[in-house]
Amino acid sequence: MNIKWDEFFVTGDPLILGAQISIVLTMVGIIALLTYLKRWTWLWREWLTTVDHKRIGIMYILSGVVMFFRGGIDGLMMKAQTAVPENEFLNAQHYNEVFTTHGVIMILFMAMPLLIGIMNVIIPLQIGARDVAFPQLNALSFWLFFSGAMLFNISFVIGGSPDAGWTSYFPMAGKEFSPSIGNNYYAIAIQIAGIGTLISGINFIVTILKMRTKGMTLMKMPMFSWTTLITSIIIVAAFPIFTVALALMTFDRLFGAHFFTVSGGGMDMLWANLFWLWGHPEVYIVVLPAFGIFSEIVSTFSRKRLFGYTSMVIAVAGIAFLSMLVWVHHFYTMGSGPAVNSVFSLTTMLIAVPTGIKMFNWLFTMRKGRINFSTPMLWTLAFIPCFLIGGTTGVMLAMAAADFQYHNTLFLVAHFHYTLIPGVVFAVFAALYYWWPKMFGHKLNEKIGKWHFWLFVIGFNFTFFPMFFLGLDGAVRRSFTYSAESGYGPLFLLSAIGSAVLAIGFAMFVYNIYWSIRHADRNISSDPWDARTLEWATASPVQDYNFAKLPEVKTLDAFWHMKKDNEGLTIEDKEIKDIHMPNNSGIPFFMGVVFTVAGFFLVFEWYIPAAIASLGIFAGLIIRSFDYNDGHHIHAEDVRKVERKWRNRKGEVHKHVG
Amino acid sequence: MKMKKLSIYLFAIISIFLLTGCETNMVVFNPQGPNAETILGLINWSLLWMAIVIIVVMGMFITFIWKYRERPDNMDYEPPEEHGNTKWEIIWTAIPFLIVIALLIPNIQALYALEEVPEGYEDKEPITIHVTGADWKWIFSYPEEDIETVNYVNIPEDTPIIFKMTSAGTMQSFWVPALGGQKYAMAKMETELILTADNPGSYMGKNSNFNGPGYAEMEFEVLAQTQAEYDEWVEEVKERAPELTEEKYIELLKPTHLGRLTFNGTHLQWINHADPNSNSYTNPQLYYREHGYKGKTFDEEDNYKNADEMIENEHGGDSHHEH
Ligand code: HEM
Ligand SMILES: [Cu+2]
Ligand SMILES: [Cu+2]
Repeated sequence: MNIKWDEFFVTGDPLILGAQISIVLTMVGIIALLTYLKRWTWLWREWLTTVDHKRIGIMYILSGVVMFFRGGIDGLMMKAQTAVPENEFLNAQHYNEVFTTHGVIMILFMAMPLLIGIMNVIIPLQIGARDVAFPQLNALSFWLFFSGAMLFNISFVIGGSPDAGWTSYFPMAGKEFSPSIGNNYYAIAIQIAGIGTLISGINFIVTILKMRTKGMTLMKMPMFSWTTLITSIIIVAAFPIFTVALALMTFDRLFGAHFFTVSGGGMDMLWANLFWLWGHPEVYIVVLPAFGIFSEIVSTFSRKRLFGYTSMVIAVAGIAFLSMLVWVHHFYTMGSGPAVNSVFSLTTMLIAVPTGIKMFNWLFTMRKGRINFSTPMLWTLAFIPCFLIGGTTGVMLAMAAADFQYHNTLFLVAHFHYTLIPGVVFAVFAALYYWWPKMFGHKLNEKIGKWHFWLFVIGFNFTFFPMFFLGLDGAVRRSFTYSAESGYGPLFLLSAIGSAVLAIGFAMFVYNIYWSIRHADRNISSDPWDARTLEWATASPVQDYNFAKLPEVKTLDAFWHMKKDNEGLTIEDKEIKDIHMPNNSGIPFFMGVVFTVAGFFLVFEWYIPAAIASLGIFAGLIIRSFDYNDGHHIHAEDVRKVERKWRNRKGEVHKHVG
Repeated sequence: MKMKKLSIYLFAIISIFLLTGCETNMVVFNPQGPNAETILGLINWSLLWMAIVIIVVMGMFITFIWKYRERPDNMDYEPPEEHGNTKWEIIWTAIPFLIVIALLIPNIQALYALEEVPEGYEDKEPITIHVTGADWKWIFSYPEEDIETVNYVNIPEDTPIIFKMTSAGTMQSFWVPALGGQKYAMAKMETELILTADNPGSYMGKNSNFNGPGYAEMEFEVLAQTQAEYDEWVEEVKERAPELTEEKYIELLKPTHLGRLTFNGTHLQWINHADPNSNSYTNPQLYYREHGYKGKTFDEEDNYKNADEMIENEHGGDSHHEH
């Protein structure tokens, strides 16, 4: 093995040098802080080895927010580069790396962990369970995701970033046209994170199918639990396709196989098909949970049951089914002929029908309601017009013949940001404002929240609306620059200004977190929004064991009816029994570390070290197989103490009698 | 209250945008040939329906959030337990379905029409031009005239041009928005696109499918001329342009930016990249980035350097496996 140290670190760019220095400083800072505060054992015991779904959820959310920051900086860099014609802020190579990492990070390391994090925190609570079905696997999911994310993120300072787009189309992404190792990061980091996601999918399916509390039939399940179930099913159906595609990519790039190459009988179109067979379902994987989040919030803040619950469930299932049948719409222009394109136009446009059903049901949930404009609801309301634009332009793109003029232009970029930002980012913000008190026992500040909301929403529209026109005027995507004669300048500039406003909006969010941690009122009830579902039927922040006694469900919106009928809100000492909980484990964290190390060696094509490191993976599997540790009990007396404390506070609907 | 006002502002601004957007001469809205015209018809038809959808949904949205907002005087209003309404639900399932059909039918018609010589041009003898995408230039071969151009293509007006497209390496998308929709050019495959220019003029063409660091500059000009001008141009090329040699052609395929070039003779005499069994003209060593770690490359049996002794290998030691 011959290490070329001179190529190891990415050098020669002041931006990257700055990033390298700040990364080193941040790490030194964190280590120093932990040592100074003597927090190492705390970190290990409470977080790194935890198997508690709520803590894992919070770690996912924290990573997701950090990744949003990273992906957002990428987005801003692109906007800065294209703000004026023939700008020289980024060169072509750098721009290519930036949009590639932006796309991958936003979808896989921002949207996915934020949504999976929210699912983690909320789903067991919503279905009245004490944890997910496989708590330790859940931790493994997180650490594999985190390993993949870290591996992907270091690429820009060590070895070079992937630069073939988030779609990494062959043959360009192969060794024939991208011989530097950058794109190995794509193949390997995403593979590792993908295994984690697949495990999460399985975990949530089993959790939702097997662990619902007494009386909660499937059709009495809150909408967010439904969308999570369906999302998990899509994950299990779609992710293996990507796993295989990435494995084939790895063979091509590392070992000179010919699945997708120009030489040796490879077939580049096969990659495009496999990628989008996963890629389209993937966009529904990120948008369906968001639909669930909005459903919960619309109903809570309109003080009304979700309109057309049954048709909502059918619509989600319909969208999931159709989402597997539309992948060709990403390459109508590949020349598969009018018959194929007609069929896929039809399946794609059909998705508009169940999506429309959902839209109208949300609108009718608000009709005759009493709408409260708190921050979570504001995000939900803004989602409707913005996603409407995303959806209608989606129907336009679905028409294959018209797509010949939209394909690969900024019209498309505008379209998918109009679906992903309202559909994912607004939803995540809504969810964080809504469930923040559940997670941390205090609300986020409403006033700063409104600043955050307005700046972000206005900035978003100014950033992306001009792109529709740019696209129709022939501006293509992924182009690092354009000529002054093209006349694109003014709209690009407007869009860049919009993105700055958007960025200030995001900064307000971060500030809000900071402000609220320091100053927010801790003295709030466990049900600050007068909500409807079971996650509010316990303390905020939630105790380890979630529920002292598992709630019993008779209807949809169970907690709402418990409050209305004053049933099941009071707990007596004698009802409280010992509670069995899983033990912490260091194995998932260990697996994350060995996967990272093995992955890193593979990226650099150092096979022997990679083989040695992957022995660690087998070691982890073996240790786990002989691990007969089956948890511990929380004693009834301890549970009683905790329950007495939170239930007997002023303004609390829950009661405890001794 | 304040929020309401702000949102009205927002909508006003967005609609001003929409209107000014329509005034500018966006290329897709200024078709210069039948292919682009067919597509524009379809786009306008869909815009109409989408505008109706947006107006209906926004109408409901604004009405509901206004009418049912929480006010100090309705704090004791407890909303009813509404489960749904079958009649409404059928309506908002059926109408979108009908809209889908209304959009689908012309879409299918257009898809079939775009594959044929356009209506009204059947009596014109079409011209075939081979298009080869390479990193990062477009190569046009006129087999009938036996000439080859790089980064520009001259065509006679009102004549259907059958572009037979392939690629020497990466995947490109051949797009002349004023004349019509795009299609991919892929190695060892052939796709076909029929474009016709109604008027003489210069039209921008570009690659819209990202294919590496030179992608942004992978543009070309389509110059539509009158038949007389076109014939004259062909004549002139035949007289003046240099002969295309195989060596020169292989040089062309390397990852470079080139201006316009014109040759007598086409590369089709040696190689048609659309042939699935043709040699590969790839040069991995030329694609290493300036910064970052270099991975290994693979020596391919069907690479032109190995398959053909005729071509001397200028980069003798290049096929390195160093690691
Ligand atoms: C935070 C504000 C954001 C900004 C300013 C932004 C900006 C951009 C820009 C300028 C591009 C590339 C345009 C081009 O092709 O040259 C882009 C591409 C992309 N964006 Fe965003 N974006 C943002 C948020 C998001 C979010 C939230 C997601 C997903 C959840 C996302 C997903 C993508 C994807 C998948 C691409 C395509 C990357 C590729 O071409 O390979 N973006 N974005
Ligand atoms: Cu899709
Ligand atoms: Cu092909």
